[in-house]
Amino acid sequence: MNDMRPAERAVTTKDIKFECRNCDVYYGDTHAIKDVSVDVEDKTVTAFIGPSGCGKSTFLRCLNRMNDTIDIARVEGTYLLDGEDIYDKRVDPVQLRAKVGMVFQKPNPFPKSIYDNVAYGPRIHGLAKNKSQLDEIVEKSLRRAAIWEEVKDRLAAPGTGLSGGQQQRLCIARAVATEPEVLLMDEPCSALDPIATSQVEELIDELRENYSVVIVTHSMQQAARVSQKTAFFHLGSLVEFGQTGQIFTNPKDPRTESYITGRIG
Amino acid sequence: MPIFWLILIVLAIAVVGYILGRARAMRDAGGDIRKLHSLPSYYGANVALKAAVPAFLLMIVWLLVQPIYVTSAVSGLIPDGEGTSRAEHGLVMAEVRRTADGLKNAVAGGAMSETVARDPNADPDEVTQRLKDAGQIITSQITTPVLNAAQRYRDLNATGGLLMTAGVLILSVIGMLWGIRENRADFRARNVVERGVRALLIGAASIAILTTVGIVLSLVFNTIEFFRLYPAADFFFGLNWAPSFSGRGGSSELGVVPLLWGTFYISLVALLVAVPIGLFAAIYLSEYASPRMRAIAKPMLEVLAGIPTIVYGLFALLTVGPLLLSVFGKDGLGWMQAGTAVMTAGLVMGIMLIPFVSSLSDDIINAVPQAMRDGSYGLGATQSETIKQVVLPAALPGIVGAILLAASRAIGETMIVVLGAGAAARLSLNPFEAMTTVTAKIVSQLTGDADFASPEALVAFALGMTLFVLTLGLNVLALYIVRKYREQYE
Ligand SMILES: Nc1ncnc2c1ncn2[C@@H]1O[C@H](COP(=O)(O)OP(=O)(O)O)[C@@H](O)[C@H]1O
Ligand SMILES: [Mg+2]
Repeated sequence: MNDMRPAERAVTTKDIKFECRNCDVYYGDTHAIKDVSVDVEDKTVTAFIGPSGCGKSTFLRCLNRMNDTIDIARVEGTYLLDGEDIYDKRVDPVQLRAKVGMVFQKPNPFPKSIYDNVAYGPRIHGLAKNKSQLDEIVEKSLRRAAIWEEVKDRLAAPGTGLSGGQQQRLCIARAVATEPEVLLMDEPCSALDPIATSQVEELIDELRENYSVVIVTHSMQQAARVSQKTAFFHLGSLVEFGQTGQIFTNPKDPRTESYITGRIG
Repeated sequence: MPIFWLILIVLAIAVVGYILGRARAMRDAGGDIRKLHSLPSYYGANVALKAAVPAFLLMIVWLLVQPIYVTSAVSGLIPDGEGTSRAEHGLVMAEVRRTADGLKNAVAGGAMSETVARDPNADPDEVTQRLKDAGQIITSQITTPVLNAAQRYRDLNATGGLLMTAGVLILSVIGMLWGIRENRADFRARNVVERGVRALLIGAASIAILTTVGIVLSLVFNTIEFFRLYPAADFFFGLNWAPSFSGRGGSSELGVVPLLWGTFYISLVALLVAVPIGLFAAIYLSEYASPRMRAIAKPMLEVLAGIPTIVYGLFALLTVGPLLLSVFGKDGLGWMQAGTAVMTAGLVMGIMLIPFVSSLSDDIINAVPQAMRDGSYGLGATQSETIKQVVLPAALPGIVGAILLAASRAIGETMIVVLGAGAAARLSLNPFEAMTTVTAKIVSQLTGDADFASPEALVAFALGMTLFVLTLGLNVLALYIVRKYREQYE
């Protein structure tokens, strides 16, 4: 086995960021994720698609242990981030979440100023030595999220006063500010209009240069546009996982095909 | 006929009307519900409303007007020699009323025959004796004018009651018949009932508003009366509270400042106890406690809110006071003279307010959307960081509102102060001294043989007005703060 891996690497030329094996999630008696194994590559956008309720969000939330905040959720399986088990007892979920950032379906800026929203993560993790460094981080993050030009004159205004698309980019800036290695996005565009959506999509494409991005989406066009790898979930199981182009043009599983052609929805 | 029975009969008429009206509409539609404009129950309700509402309105108006009429009719019978001043006249009228009641009860109990009770020439001494024997409360010897007035009073009341009964019943039946006549198949019963319900709700709302207006007006008039007798400047800026009880209008000093200071000081101590404890309890309950813990702890905290304040007062007097005294009193630090003190009342009042603050804050914290917490956890914040930096700021306007509400309860609290803080009005900074508050003084000025025309009694209304303005201001401030933060954050 050990000899195999370098060879495999050479072919894909990308590092594996997340290696998930035989994952199961239960909410009380509900079996929400059934024996899923997925590899998430570095500097790649991986899309999770599937009909609603199939467990995409649940699986995504396993990757930064957000399911820990749900009392009835029980997570099983191995989740290796850079080869280390994130569910190991020695791993602090709080620190893990600084490394694996998350953007939610509905924009959820804090009831604070735009500046404080972005500075929130750097402040709690002590990433800035002084005010000017913090200013720098805030500006850099807002620029990366492609919203700097729109808000640079009103950094003290409340983040909740922005439009939906701006709020979502602010949330992305906020997530980026903590310098995560992986960015998880749960339907980041479902509450946005088409223009804001295309802005966020462009942004995701840029983020790929630095991060590994995992995006849940219910829009197949979006998955096709932004992702390199696609995983198709159905009823809690991973049906198919592969290159996005292959999934959309030449799916191996009949269920994938019927979902993509609109017969399961 | 007792009012109770009258009400029952009207209700019975309404029920009968409901059934008849429903049946009539069904008959008109030939038993086919689809031909009716509204559901059958609306036709019934239409009749029931028409049978009950006007009748009850008449009854209420009658009950309000009749005593006024009877009193004015009877008071003419009392010769001027019997009651000269207004106050004495009032006393005589009270005697008349008592005699009338006595006669009624005596006749009902069989101790006196109806003829004797009605005889205008009956011997007053004998009547007095008979009434006393029958166990009726008569304060003094009945005189002939009083007896006659009482008899007239009884007469008028009896006739009035009879007329009212007849009027109410007739009106109810007429309403019922009218409603039944209306109930054709195409009658829009649903709309009529809808309007009736709306009128009923408006009525309830206006009663509430009118009562408030009435209370405020009575406060205002009595306050004005007080300021006519006592200079306003002395009241608002006087540093001394020393009402004289013996001499009428003597040299009372009625300065409100010491009372306001006491109110403020005790409330401050109470809030210093209640706000941190209540808030932390709320945070624990809403953010940390397991569902099972929460299900047990929350009701238990709320039991505190159900304890009558007089019990808190006893707790202050018998437990907290002596406890504090043993630490800060002569045997301890020597700061405290007696068990009653600002500290005693403030601590106990603070305990009383804990469930108030915690319950309101808990609801408010729970109302902060989970998405806020998720956002913070998703950035790698710990639970306490999330609470401190995201949840509490988002909940702040509501929490400030809760605190101000608790403050206005503290300002209005009476029993704990009476029992825990003492009765001495004092301007002092020492929290271990006895002080008193506006509310406690209102009570003490009005209990006992108060002469309601003296400034010593009327000052209670000025105090009440001050308190009212204070709490009103506090509530307006709370609303303002809540609204301002809302604008900023949503
Ligand atoms: N907090 C929760 N408690 C109980 N069941 C949940 C919870 N979240 C999700 N589920 C259940 O898990 C399944 C997968 O949900 P989810 O991961 O949100 O699906 P998706 O994001 O693909 O629409 C659904 O059947 C859903 O009802
Ligand atoms: Mg989802």
